[in-house]
Amino acid sequence: MTAYDAIFWFFSLALLLCGVLVLISPNAVASGLYLVLSFFFLAGLYVLLEAFFLALIQILVYAGAIMVLFLFVIMLLDFRESRHWWRGNLLGWLGAPLAAGTLLTALLPILKRSGALAVAPEQWFEGTLENVMTPVFTRYLLPVEVTALILLAATIGGVVLGRKETKP
Amino acid sequence: MMHVGLIHYLAVSGALFALGLACIVLRRNALLVFMGLELNLNAANLALVAFSRYGGHAEGQVLATFIIAIAAAEVAIGLAIIVALFRRRATIVTDLLRSLKG
Repeated sequence: MTAYDAIFWFFSLALLLCGVLVLISPNAVASGLYLVLSFFFLAGLYVLLEAFFLALIQILVYAGAIMVLFLFVIMLLDFRESRHWWRGNLLGWLGAPLAAGTLLTALLPILKRSGALAVAPEQWFEGTLENVMTPVFTRYLLPVEVTALILLAATIGGVVLGRKETKP
Repeated sequence: MMHVGLIHYLAVSGALFALGLACIVLRRNALLVFMGLELNLNAANLALVAFSRYGGHAEGQVLATFIIAIAAAEVAIGLAIIVALFRRRATIVTDLLRSLKG
């Protein structure tokens, strides 16, 4: 086991542990904080995959901006859930393993073929800023513009939805 | 012991996706459902980045960048909807929000 493997196992096990804690924590604020922590471990996995730019974006945008918004709304609503959230949700408890099983069955052929998908180590992709962003601003320029439009629509939609209702 | 390769990252991504799915299906707090959705998006991102790394092409990481941008928009709209819902109904328990169910 090399150092790379050890770091991989540490990050992935910590990531999955944080995911489990998000699921089972009865307090929404605790869930949100565990989600932030899991994003940091995910950024660590991105660094292991040499996706340096995405690791940076993951921390800046996800852990920095999106999760602050999340925690802000959790505190704003001051909503208390029942501590026993797992009770009386028979449909959910039946549906969750069914959905996971279906997903796994659909993914198994891909997992089996994953060895054939990989190329030689000298051709592995290094996710530096230049390598990732050059195709974004050349070949995928139209999707960038569409994303910009979507972000604009989301901004306007957020303002409209968040406004206090005025009587006509 | 096998060295870490593409399949390990895909397995972690699948497990993370399953956790997000469980969060969506089992939790009744709309905010927790939303967090499960975030876990799902991140699991997809991890798989894309792993494919991109071991497949030797940029497209996976380009797509992951777009997913992060769209996720930001989705969070803004989704949280605005949840706040509007809370103002109108004073609850965000998904079981109690059933007026469309008749």
